[in-house]
Amino acid sequence: MSACLDIRGLSAVLPNGQRVLRSVSLTVQPGEVRALVGESGAGKTMIGKAVLGVLPKSVRVVEGDMLIEGEDLGQLDAKARRTLIGARTALIPQDPLTALNPSRRIGPQMTDRLVRILGWSGERADKRIRQLLDEVQIRDPERVLKSYPHELSGGMRQRVLIAAAFAAEPRLIVADEPTTALDVTVQKQILRLIAQLQRDHGTAILFVTHDLGVVAKISQKVSVLYAGKVVEEAETAQLFAAPQHAYTRALIAATPRYTDPYASLKPVDESVLAGLAAEIAAADQSWRPGHG
Amino acid sequence: MDEARIARRGLSPRLWLAGGWLLLALLAAIFAPLIAPQDPLAQDLMLERLPPFWLDGAEPGYWLGTDSLGRDLLSRLIFGGRIAFIVAFAAATSACLIGSALGLIAGYFGGWADRIISRVVDVWMAFPPVLFAILLVAVLGTSLSSVILAIAIIDWTRFCRVIRAEAMSQARMDYVESARIAGYGRTGIMLREVLPNVLPSVVALLSLEMGIAVIVEAILSFVNLSISTDDPTWGSIIAEGRLSIHQAWWVLVFPLITLILTVLSFSQFGEALKARFDPVLR
Repeated sequence: MSACLDIRGLSAVLPNGQRVLRSVSLTVQPGEVRALVGESGAGKTMIGKAVLGVLPKSVRVVEGDMLIEGEDLGQLDAKARRTLIGARTALIPQDPLTALNPSRRIGPQMTDRLVRILGWSGERADKRIRQLLDEVQIRDPERVLKSYPHELSGGMRQRVLIAAAFAAEPRLIVADEPTTALDVTVQKQILRLIAQLQRDHGTAILFVTHDLGVVAKISQKVSVLYAGKVVEEAETAQLFAAPQHAYTRALIAATPRYTDPYASLKPVDESVLAGLAAEIAAADQSWRPGHG
Repeated sequence: MDEARIARRGLSPRLWLAGGWLLLALLAAIFAPLIAPQDPLAQDLMLERLPPFWLDGAEPGYWLGTDSLGRDLLSRLIFGGRIAFIVAFAAATSACLIGSALGLIAGYFGGWADRIISRVVDVWMAFPPVLFAILLVAVLGTSLSSVILAIAIIDWTRFCRVIRAEAMSQARMDYVESARIAGYGRTGIMLREVLPNVLPSVVALLSLEMGIAVIVEAILSFVNLSISTDDPTWGSIIAEGRLSIHQAWWVLVFPLITLILTVLSFSQFGEALKARFDPVLR
């Protein structure tokens, strides 16, 4: 059985030639949660956008392949690619405030997608949406469906977006830091919801985050990203038990702990960063765009 | 929905004052033949320069006095309103349609479409608008339709610039991105996702533009370049009033007040509408 998502040697550059992704390879097996961790600017979100076909115009993919369930996106024309991505993937976005259209009611926004993607009747889509709203524990679907986004709280909006993402039964969901914009108490509920729906629906998730605590809770496998390069990948339990790369060890050590609130935060050590910089420089030296 | 908030928003005095004046002026213009106390074109040199009703020497039936040819000022203002409103609606709507469509395309699609449209707008706006209007009317000939055409040709750039900027910021929103992921086409996203979110601005600008159209029409008729001199327009009444300012101040002052109130109401009405219809803005 082919992987749900298979990225092979993906490299992308900015117009000035700077590399933002450095031969990234990763796979997400069906029904599996793969976490993608790294600091801001490491290229986590960029990978998610590349998969979904919404990279900014300025970023150019120069090499590598992306396969969704064995179908090579590079081999498809633009229209077929859009259809494939629309039917098999979905996004749980980072910021629930801007991810819903402010001038349209929640109900039509959600049903529209199902009618469009799956060709369902409006009635069937409506029923499906209600079922999903129930699954994300929204108790008064009538009110929510009739509301405009600004009438709902951030947590409610994120529930709506999770419901919308799962509604069309995608094979793969890209969750782009779905809890970052929420406050801590809501974060936990949302995380639990995503995990619950993921298990119930058997959906594969590429879970982008910078929070190792979240990684430990939700994922089976982890890829650690630094400056657009995968520096380590492992099973989640193994990564925490025996991190192989110095950067991963430093990252785990830098996580604040509730058990020792008075310990000062440990930034990633200078020598580790210097080692990483050397590693990346060496890789860039031998790299020729287009010829891997 | 919160009933109290709707009531509060609905009762904005700005909306009612501006809307009230516009409605009054519009109704007066529509039913001018029924409302106007006198024939606006009837001259009577025995009744020249009658003062408004509260001054000595006023005649009953001539509420705001008469001009130097003995024509009733109030009736002329009411009939002048017809031209003002026709020009306001027709010119502003045309400018709005052209400008908003191009602005939406430039802002949402970006790239070449944006570059071409934006350059045209830049060049367009380099012309002084009033001179441009005078030139256009001089070329097209003085008629109601050429005044409307001239205003639309000049002022579409206002819509284009604002709507372009709004569409650009909307196009960067996450909900546009999720629509793309879901597989919607670019044109579909533009009309379905972006357009509804720029509509409040379009409405506000449209109302503002109606005010501007009224001014431009008044300017054109002030310099005798609007429609035939027989029909009263606010601009032509002002032009006549200027000549007799020392003998009959009211011929200048009343049309000016009417003009100012109307233009002010259009702009305030637009702002109030925007605040009311924007679901995010409160």
